Amino acid sequence: MSEVAHVVKIGIADMNVVKAPNLIRTCGLGSCVGVVVYDLGREIAGMAHVMLPDSSLSKVDEVNVAKYADTAVGALIQRVIRAGGRTNFLKAKLAGGAQMFQFRSASTDIMRIGPRNVEAVHEQLRRFNVPIVAEDVGGNSGRTIEFNPKTGMLLIRTVNQGVREI
Amino acid sequence: MSYFDRMNAVHIDILKEIGNIGAGHAATALSKLLNKKIEMTIPDVRIISFDEMMDIVGGADHVVAAVFLRIEGDAPGNMFFVLSLPQAERFIQQMTGDAQFKLTSECSELSLSALQELGNILAGSYLSSLSDFTKLNLYPSVPELSIDMIGAILSYGLIEVSRVGDCVIVIDTAIHEEQQPDDRVNGHFFLLLDPDSFNIIFRALGVESNE
Repeated sequence: MSEVAHVVKIGIADMNVVKAPNLIRTCGLGSCVGVVVYDLGREIAGMAHVMLPDSSLSKVDEVNVAKYADTAVGALIQRVIRAGGRTNFLKAKLAGGAQMFQFRSASTDIMRIGPRNVEAVHEQLRRFNVPIVAEDVGGNSGRTIEFNPKTGMLLIRTVNQGVREI
Repeated sequence: MSYFDRMNAVHIDILKEIGNIGAGHAATALSKLLNKKIEMTIPDVRIISFDEMMDIVGGADHVVAAVFLRIEGDAPGNMFFVLSLPQAERFIQQMTGDAQFKLTSECSELSLSALQELGNILAGSYLSSLSDFTKLNLYPSVPELSIDMIGAILSYGLIEVSRVGDCVIVIDTAIHEEQQPDDRVNGHFFLLLDPDSFNIIFRALGVESNE
């Protein structure tokens, strides 16, 4: 794709919006969830790299909205709409939420953070009536994901299972 | 005011000393185990963003071999022993005597458990020296090995700290084998203490925590 201008990279607890022909990518998702909200007709997509399920976990007043599923999904939808996305045409894809470590001994809830992130993202997408078209969640592998707003395809790269598109 | 702002030069020096003592003991253990000379860098204590932390080891999607254990007890936190894949292969070759060993998806359980045990011994010696130094009770969880993207692995160490902000205090000590053709750093010990643990350690060492 020679027309691709560039790939916008988003970091941990970060979000951004792109228009075709640009792509949007985030690297090394483990327990974190990468959620994409897009309007295929308008070729606009936003991606957030969510770390934790709920902003009530925060111990400080100033909250980075991209970090928590309950604040990130709504903010992401807002940004996609502001960039020209249409509310009724929004769709979502997501990946991540792996359980990299088992830690049978650990008493904390921390090790189940991946599945909890996925549940929280589902709940928020339901709340805003954004249908989930495809997802690749759980397992125990890290993922790097890249979304193309032109095709609506999410490219997922893992270490052991190679590359696939959803 | 966040806990990052309360850190002064004395606190940073203490954290460096912790890295120094811990990784020093671990490097000695590694050296004895492999009967090789292991060199260690001066510990680096940095207050950085999550993304910058991933960049220390080559970016979030760089594939590494890492042993992770959770520290429980008086001063909870997370410890990672991160190796580049070639270095992990060399260590496994030296421990198992199989000079042809390569890390592939179907490599033997024995070699992986050797690597996990290596991580166990090193992290254990890091932690017990830290425990001796501070007189605090610190217990390691059973260590787990993962060969995957560094971002996916290290993010587990950021869960607690991410609840108080978007920065992390990284106590990083790098090691490398002497006489390797590439003189690059090949292993890292990362100690990521939970936010509340810093003051517990400072107090245990008789330093005011500036609160």
